[in-house]
Amino acid sequence: MMPDLGRYAMEVSLAYVASLGLLAVLVLWVWLRGRAVRRALDEFEKDRRGHG
Amino acid sequence: MASFWEYANPLKFMRTTDWLLPVVAMAALVVTAIGLIWGFFLTPDDFRQGATVKIVFLHVPAAMMAINAWAMMLVASLFWLIRRHHVSALAAKAAAPVGLVMTLIGLITGAVWGQPMWGTWWAWDPRLTSFLILFLFYLGYIALWAAIEDPDTGADLTAVLCLVGTVFAVLSRYAALFWNQGLHQGASLSVAPGTRMDWAYKAPLYVSMTGFGLIFVALVLAGTRTEIRARRMKALVARERMA
Amino acid sequence: MSALLIRDLRLALRAGGGFGLGLAFFLILAVLVPLGVGPEPDTLSRIAPGILWVGALLACLLSLDRIFALDFEDGSLDLLATAPLPLEAVVSIKALAHWITTGLPLVLLSPVLGLLLFLPAEAYLWLILSLMLGTPALSVIGAFGAALTVGLKRGGLLLSLLVLPLYIPTLIFGAEVVSRGAQGLSVATPLALLAGITAGAVALLPFASALVLRINLR
Repeated sequence: MMPDLGRYAMEVSLAYVASLGLLAVLVLWVWLRGRAVRRALDEFEKDRRGHG
Repeated sequence: MASFWEYANPLKFMRTTDWLLPVVAMAALVVTAIGLIWGFFLTPDDFRQGATVKIVFLHVPAAMMAINAWAMMLVASLFWLIRRHHVSALAAKAAAPVGLVMTLIGLITGAVWGQPMWGTWWAWDPRLTSFLILFLFYLGYIALWAAIEDPDTGADLTAVLCLVGTVFAVLSRYAALFWNQGLHQGASLSVAPGTRMDWAYKAPLYVSMTGFGLIFVALVLAGTRTEIRARRMKALVARERMA
Repeated sequence: MSALLIRDLRLALRAGGGFGLGLAFFLILAVLVPLGVGPEPDTLSRIAPGILWVGALLACLLSLDRIFALDFEDGSLDLLATAPLPLEAVVSIKALAHWITTGLPLVLLSPVLGLLLFLPAEAYLWLILSLMLGTPALSVIGAFGAALTVGLKRGGLLLSLLVLPLYIPTLIFGAEVVSRGAQGLSVATPLALLAGITAGAVALLPFASALVLRINLR
């Protein structure tokens, strides 16, 4: 059910792929960094509690 | 709803965003998907621009958020400088990469659109030039945050840079306008005679603008939560070292 | 105040102070550009205003990190911050010293380099005038950037990333004055705007620079 993009098919799909790709990279970066920081902090706090 | 100033307390902010972030993130996903699917599959081709008109549903929202992100950083920086609103400073930091990517999307979609319409990927048009300059300002702001160890010093310095940078970014905008009159059409949604946009395009455009706005809010909330945790971690490590 | 100015000038002028480095850079740039784009007088005279302005900008950038770095390292900046002289004045004087040792020599050297680049005869006056009006803004904006990065170990590269975007309006109006002058057009508008930017920067930016320095000295 792709719409007929005519002679500009390349340009339009390129714009959508590039933009969505960039957004995906950004979301992934925010998510992975958030997870890494959260884990590091949890670990640290658990450690502190463990050793008094 | 608690007052805005109570959210200067990181704990309060964390507790609220615990449930708010998933809600905003879901809304962002749904609204953006509706806007883009509507725009991509269900809009007619423009009689002059053909299918390239579909790029507008990415280009305009991204460009709008690129500027709004900077404006939000400016306001957040002011809150930090005047009221020492800690969460606000961290939110400004979290907004910068999002604004950077939005600027990049605006530039790339613009280039891809300009190629068939103007016959060139890039033109030194005032609007395009200003966006490139905005991109440089984002880079500088992010680089300064990354270079400074102490979170409060970093917040102070970047906040001042944001204020001064805003003045110079606006000056650059007018300087570029003076320097070269451009190819770019006026604001797509303005009601200039002859360039008025049809509702068949306007409706999905508004939806996707809302979607991009929600994406921005969701990413800033998530980023701010990360920065709060990173700041806490730094403080704990420092305290450990002191003991 | 004048004692501080004289001290700063002496520090910059003594061996190893970096005086002349910017000038040499400016000269090298004016030699490299024709080697890169070819010797045709037509091409060179058309791009000369832009090259000279970009060259002045970059030459100015070279010595910016010295404005505060030495005083920060040996602690005299802490003394200056607690001295009765307001820090805003200290910043302004240091920017002035930077202008006298960098901006002013660039202005004086620029006509010679204009010769190398076949700058049209009508443009010389505007070149000197625009640089004279614009380089103080470059020093003041640069002092702000230097104040931001003073505490950082490898601040030099970051400094250029922060300062160069702030130079854009000055560059646009300055180069516009020269290229309009070269074409015999009226230069009143860009000249007025250039002067406006310099006046605004000189009047307001020292406050931001002093604020930033106080944060860095905390």
